[in-house]
Amino acid sequence: MTGEQIVFLLVALFTLGSGFMVVTTRNLVHAALWLVSTLFGVAVTYAILNASFLAVVQVVVYIGAIAILFIFAVMLTRKDLRDQGAQQNSNWWFGALIAVLTFVGLFFLLQSWNGLSTTAQAIPSGFDAISELGNALTSPDAYVLPFEVASVLLVAALVGAVYVAFNPRKGDFRK
Amino acid sequence: MVPLSWYLIFAAALFSIGLFGVLSRRNAVAILLGIELMLNSVNINLAAFWRYGDVTQITGQVFAIIVFAVAAAEVAVGLALVISVYRRRNTVVADEIDIMKW
Repeated sequence: MTGEQIVFLLVALFTLGSGFMVVTTRNLVHAALWLVSTLFGVAVTYAILNASFLAVVQVVVYIGAIAILFIFAVMLTRKDLRDQGAQQNSNWWFGALIAVLTFVGLFFLLQSWNGLSTTAQAIPSGFDAISELGNALTSPDAYVLPFEVASVLLVAALVGAVYVAFNPRKGDFRK
Repeated sequence: MVPLSWYLIFAAALFSIGLFGVLSRRNAVAILLGIELMLNSVNINLAAFWRYGDVTQITGQVFAIIVFAVAAAEVAVGLALVISVYRRRNTVVADEIDIMKW
């Protein structure tokens, strides 16, 4: 077993353990903090895959923005989260069954696929993935249209989020 | 070198954990946490297929970045809805948000 495999296994175990804590822990602030460690494990996985830009974006966008947004939302709805009552609904065993069946189904689907033993090619010398990615995202021959659609979607979603969460009070410009 | 199957099985396990969270949690914020785990596992698959396929084809990474943008949009709208519901109904438990149930 090579060093890279050992590192991958440790990272995968850490990530899956943190992910399991995200879905089982009672305290939601702790769940959001476990999500941070899960996301960090995924960022390390990107680094092992040589996807350096994705690793950085994972840390900056996911951990820096999305996880913090979750912590804010948990704290803004704090009153209901005093760890009283069940955190799991009454059908949680059914959800567990479906999750296990999904995993087993995917596992056997993967076993029957003959591309599994593919080995990664060495990255060609002089190939710069980040500049290739930048070119692909801005070139009209490649992915500029999906990229612009994604940015319009993000703007629309954020404007919608502000509108939905806006709290009109007396004296505000909108009654 | 790590085999491709390890990445795929790792992503499948993370996806199943997220699915369990979505199906079993009562709190709406915790359901969104499960959705984040599922989106991340998809991104691992995209990055792994990019690395193990033709590296000069950057499509896998472009797709992963678009998934990032969609995840950020989904989280912003989802949490805004949760906060709005909490303000009106004083609850974030998914079972009790039944105003649209007929």
